Amino acid sequence: MKRIEIRGARILDPASGRDEPGSLCIAEGRIAAVGKAPDGFRADEVIDAKGLAACPGLVDLSARLREPGFEYKATLESEVRAAAAGGVTTLACPPDTDPPLDEPGLVEMLTRRAASLDCAHVHPLGALTVGLKGERLAEMAQLAQAGCVGFFQGNAELPDPATLLQAMRYAATFGFTVWLRPQDAHLARGGVAHDGEVATRLGLPPIPVVAETVALRTIIELMAATGARVHVARLSSAAGAALIAEAKARGAPITCDVGIHHLHLCDRDIGDFDAQCNLSPPLRDPSDRQRLREALADGTIDAVCSDHTPVDDDAKQVPFAEAEPGATGLELLLPLTLQWGRETGLKPAAALAAVTHRAARVLGVPAGTLEPGASADICLFDPARPWIVTPAALASQGKNTPFQGLELTGRVVRTLLAGRTVYAA
Amino acid sequence: MSHASLQVGPDGRLKHLLTTEGLPAELVRRILDAADQFVSVSERDVKKVPILRGKSIFNVFFEGSTRTRTTFEIAAKRLSADVINLNVGVSSTSKGETLLDTVYNLQAMDADMFVVRHSQSGAAHLIARHVKPGVAVINAGDGRHAHPTQGLLDMYTIRHYKKDFSALTVAIVGDVLHSRVARSQIHALKTLGVPEVRVIAPKTLLPAAVERLGVRVFNDMAAGLRDCDVVIMLRLQNERMNGALLPSSGEFFKCYGLTAEKLARAKPDAIVMHPGPMNRGIEIDSPVADGRQSVILPQVTFGIAVRMAVMSMLGSA
Repeated sequence: MKRIEIRGARILDPASGRDEPGSLCIAEGRIAAVGKAPDGFRADEVIDAKGLAACPGLVDLSARLREPGFEYKATLESEVRAAAAGGVTTLACPPDTDPPLDEPGLVEMLTRRAASLDCAHVHPLGALTVGLKGERLAEMAQLAQAGCVGFFQGNAELPDPATLLQAMRYAATFGFTVWLRPQDAHLARGGVAHDGEVATRLGLPPIPVVAETVALRTIIELMAATGARVHVARLSSAAGAALIAEAKARGAPITCDVGIHHLHLCDRDIGDFDAQCNLSPPLRDPSDRQRLREALADGTIDAVCSDHTPVDDDAKQVPFAEAEPGATGLELLLPLTLQWGRETGLKPAAALAAVTHRAARVLGVPAGTLEPGASADICLFDPARPWIVTPAALASQGKNTPFQGLELTGRVVRTLLAGRTVYAA
Repeated sequence: MSHASLQVGPDGRLKHLLTTEGLPAELVRRILDAADQFVSVSERDVKKVPILRGKSIFNVFFEGSTRTRTTFEIAAKRLSADVINLNVGVSSTSKGETLLDTVYNLQAMDADMFVVRHSQSGAAHLIARHVKPGVAVINAGDGRHAHPTQGLLDMYTIRHYKKDFSALTVAIVGDVLHSRVARSQIHALKTLGVPEVRVIAPKTLLPAAVERLGVRVFNDMAAGLRDCDVVIMLRLQNERMNGALLPSSGEFFKCYGLTAEKLARAKPDAIVMHPGPMNRGIEIDSPVADGRQSVILPQVTFGIAVRMAVMSMLGSA
């Protein structure tokens, strides 16, 4: 296999805290050396990376690939190419496909196809319950064997507490991580926007913050009762972050993430019914956004993800409440994470931790690091390059984004997966 | 402000009427002044002026409402427009056609103006963003969001009886949570400089952060009605009466129904308004509804004139 030297890049390795110019040497698809090329290392290819930064390929805890079942919104192929274009080399895909990922055969097919496309390491999350209906447990042990790294209800309603208790108990038997969206279905029913001034003004049915905190309290209590490990997906509120901090302080085996949109937007951005801002969970108050930004910086929140959700135009060109929630995100994750870092006063390596090794730790996969011996999954980007979000120019089939027309800084130039270039600008 | 850009042109001209929020006070006054002229038209033997002759106005109601549709129809006919009524709620959308496809189809029939009612907040905004230049949209009610012609006719009514807005105390009573009428009234009252707008309701019928709209919140009706110049009662929908929001219509009437006794807390010359249709014995007692302070029927009459004013401003461009 080819030996590669990436020369002259600013090397950003969040796991080690390294931030200095140097060389990255790759052999056999793995990182051979960082900093200086070892004596006798003869590269077959030298990538001149002066002016660029090199960080581990991003680890995205949630990217909907829309297969099977929603191929008119996006395909596995279009979305793994979007991942590569966004510098994302490892991603978890939620089970809310059609049919949902509740059968080992489906998972095997998905992972096999993803492997043959070879643009990103794709880790499916299995359905927690059959059909995501919240009634019968999915075959977790067999799904894990087929490649699932955790079990999730996606955006479907949480099971009732009795079923959730058993699901968590069963998952704990095998040490599986249960992923849960903290939203109480009764309190959120019919709602589409944060229960605040904007929803009141626009007359949009609300989703109160208590929908999140009530669900979180239930989840945390059931964790204590079952010993299950839980990953809380898509936190939306300051009150939710406080509950996570409390649980962590008690030593509960809990991790959590936030979607990238929720670090940058709030309910005001809905403006006059901009359906691009119909997201799940809803965008909340500016004070919630502020607390989420701080909580991600202080580690209360473990990772930020794109929550990439390609939605077709027809599903957005409807009245706000009827619009399908979600936005494209894979190709915006890097610049938006860097922007959050700058605005929060974090150094780039510290900011990137939230989309690299900290996210990999949640998934429990070896990724998100430039340590010698690790898979040579690398994102090379121009940290100073401004660009304007132009939906038509995105590789993803999902063109829907509230960031349309916005200028972002930091652009992926080249992405390597196990030492092979899977994207070059 | 973005409302202004979608419904008000750079020249200050009305392009669509989607919400009373963000409408410049000057424009609101112009609409009310124009309505003055049309009140006299409606009092004539020949109740018709040729302002919109040859124009096609489509009443597109995705949510049924005979009364509101009729008032728009009368207003359009008095302006000599051709009126086409469509109850889309029972035709296209049930066949799976999208809202915008329905609108594009009607636009292809050379509509000049759409009067739209829809159960979803923001539907009229969506349509206004997608119609051809020169085609006007009037929001005849979208979800819980806005019902601007109702809000404006209420302003007309208040001005008619009270002349000046600058010293008024106005109370809006009842189901504010689900009411597009209340929202349109609040914005219009604030725009016209009413110093005190109150909402009176139990906590289950008030939306979050409603005070941020510039209103004072009262849960106690007696306290809220004290010294009011205008009392606006809202309609309580049947489905809200016996559930988790309210225990019963009887209890609601007891606490928030307008009776002569409660009305006595307001100023002696206070007027009583209701957007209709009324639930007698639920939000309002019959003696009050029919009493000397009630201006509920004049509201209906003024409604025609205000809708004529809006249509003529939108259609004579």
